[in-house]
Amino acid sequence: MRTSTRGSRRLMALAAVAALTTGLLAGCAEDSDDGSSDSDGGSGGGKTTLTIGTFGVFGYKQAGLYDEYMKQHPDITIKENVTTRTDVYWPKTLTRLQAGAGTDDIQAIEVGNVAEAVQTQGDKFVDLGKDVDKSQWLDWKTAQATTKDGKTIGLGTDIGPMAVCYRKDLFKAAGLETDRTKLAAQWKGDWSKYVDVGKDYMKKAPKGTKFVDSAASVYNAALGGESERYYDKDGNVVWDKSDGVKTAWDASMKVATSNMSAKLKQFDKPWDQAFANGGFATVACPAWMLGYIQEKSGDSGKGKWDVAAAPTAANWGGSFIGVPTAGKHQKEAVALAKWLTAPEQQAKVFGKQASFPSTPSAYASLKPQAATTTFFSNAPITQIFSDSAKTIPTQIFGVKDQPINTAISDIGILQVEQKGKTPEQGWDAASKEIKDVLGQ
Amino acid sequence: MTSSKQALARSATSADAAPGSQPGAARRADGRGTPPPGPGSWRSRLYRWDMKASPYAFVAPFFIFFGAFGLIPLLYTAWYSLHNVQLSNLDQQTWVGLDNYKNLMSSDFFWGALQNTFTIGVISTVPQLLMALGIAHLLNYKLRGSTVWRVVMLTPYATSVAAATLVFVLLYSWDGGMINWLLHFIGVDPVNWRESTWGSQFAVSSIVIWRWTGYNALIYLAAMQAIPADLYESASLDGAGRWQQFRHVTIPMLRPTILFTVVVSTIGATQLFGEPLLFGGVSGSKGGSEHQYQTLGLYMYDQGWIIGNLGKASAIAWTMFLILLIVAAINLLINRRLRKTQ
Repeated sequence: MRTSTRGSRRLMALAAVAALTTGLLAGCAEDSDDGSSDSDGGSGGGKTTLTIGTFGVFGYKQAGLYDEYMKQHPDITIKENVTTRTDVYWPKTLTRLQAGAGTDDIQAIEVGNVAEAVQTQGDKFVDLGKDVDKSQWLDWKTAQATTKDGKTIGLGTDIGPMAVCYRKDLFKAAGLETDRTKLAAQWKGDWSKYVDVGKDYMKKAPKGTKFVDSAASVYNAALGGESERYYDKDGNVVWDKSDGVKTAWDASMKVATSNMSAKLKQFDKPWDQAFANGGFATVACPAWMLGYIQEKSGDSGKGKWDVAAAPTAANWGGSFIGVPTAGKHQKEAVALAKWLTAPEQQAKVFGKQASFPSTPSAYASLKPQAATTTFFSNAPITQIFSDSAKTIPTQIFGVKDQPINTAISDIGILQVEQKGKTPEQGWDAASKEIKDVLGQ
Repeated sequence: MTSSKQALARSATSADAAPGSQPGAARRADGRGTPPPGPGSWRSRLYRWDMKASPYAFVAPFFIFFGAFGLIPLLYTAWYSLHNVQLSNLDQQTWVGLDNYKNLMSSDFFWGALQNTFTIGVISTVPQLLMALGIAHLLNYKLRGSTVWRVVMLTPYATSVAAATLVFVLLYSWDGGMINWLLHFIGVDPVNWRESTWGSQFAVSSIVIWRWTGYNALIYLAAMQAIPADLYESASLDGAGRWQQFRHVTIPMLRPTILFTVVVSTIGATQLFGEPLLFGGVSGSKGGSEHQYQTLGLYMYDQGWIIGNLGKASAIAWTMFLILLIVAAINLLINRRLRKTQ
């Protein structure tokens, strides 16, 4: 008896120690689950190791580009350091750039951060403009990564031309037009018309479904088609006077106040689930979202989704890759960056990941995966997206674009949509937040 | 066996027989490590130096690490908090004096965050410690498979914040979450757990409670097992039931432990960060559309790493530090009071 309690006590102590250690380990694992590790940078055994820092899914690895490049260049090894969350990736990259240490040889930059990089980190990046033929890219894409004195700090990777993905079966059940060209014609030119289609949808909506996933997505989509956003050409903040913001805000407010939204937050787990459950009938979808929809809907959505042209040509998202001057292998890194962003490679990434190329010459050769085509009811996606891509206006981004956008969509719009505030109250809340962001 | 015993006996008698005799003394001295004769010799100097310096050398790693990763950042943060520093431009700092602090004092977001930290702290710490006490009491009984129960208590603590929170997010999801589904059965309208003020604070607290209750229970259990069994025996001889024993024997004996857990939990609650951040999902650092569950930790993170205003974030960090000092002082006072009444 006595020995057994002592034994169990020792066991318990052991268990406690084990649990504590796993707790600590789990804590560590969690800290490093952004999966980044510092580059070893060294050239072991005559081989140069190039590291590339990315966030989310860039598709290079998935499309086999690294393997292909390493086969062509036996002296190069490529290592990708992926950080899942952009909001973790960017601050980390900023501090490393300024410390002049710890950066990867190639560093990805999201479009929302590119203005900040251009205006504040210009001298921390190699000028890539001299090494490439800039006319390969869409003009507005290169313009976003070019400093005032003409230095190109990043090469365009993908862009996010916009379309509307919709559930054909739900549209049919609600007694609406299901043909993609006719639908596109119904809402062409104005996101408010799209909202009007939503009103029709809600009249006979299949039980448990809404027209759109969220008001914020309509805001983002509409704003993506406006040239004027939160800053003017000279870098002044104009968010409260901007026509673009007003147009997008008004469209989203129509959604938020009319019960046609499933009130979800994009990229949250419940949003993912709603794809599988068919919780909403439409979502403004940039090209890169097709893969996401396909993955989250699974087989349940196969052949039920379709793609129609968006009301306005708009862009949402996309990235650049730049070569920090702190890197040890700048020459090799520039060569790799150039190769990765060349039209042929961009087309390959599109084939695998549906990230849309920023180089128009690739458009003719785009081949989406067969699975994607069948999933989206054989919609001519390459046609729809390239038409949009060619007419997207040049958008002006500013240093604090990202936090201002968050303030409007995740504070202002969310309050109206989920808490039943009036649009005025929502706007005031967003204004207060933006003033805080800008330190006013 | 016998021979060794005899040898021992012999050595013992020989030592007894010659107390203080030369060889015995020398041997004992050697055993203790007294320096060899000859003061000022190289060896003795080394020895004295060793005596003086070794303890410092042994504790040095902690202080070096504390200096490098604790003290210097702390002071540097204080320096930052008096400047306007942007994350995108760390080299350019402009002196603004106490402006960052003034700015905080007039910021609704700051006071909101302070209030949220307090309310979430209370509704997570109080039930957590009470439950831990109860559970520890139950575990203290002779149970079949008690080890299993104790290990099970610790498992929530061993899960990572991220994993636990993601599961809770699904449970609390507004549309189709399990909790709203259960509420539906008892006829309660679905609660928007993320956007309603009390709902979200309750949800965040529940994650904290789930993770830390078992941990505190084990601390209590350890303290309970140190209580002499005869106290309980005499209590039961006097006719005290389980509950009376718990109230009049266990609780008073646990008082120092309870105080310890209160202090630790209060500090933990003041620094609450991971749970609300991940609970918020995308743009979680805002703590909801009305900042309804934005804690001080989240506010600091939002200012520093999302907005990029490091000066203000540093000011928040220092304010948090001061708040913790105040909390510690209050705890100390209460502690002293309790000791006096005891």
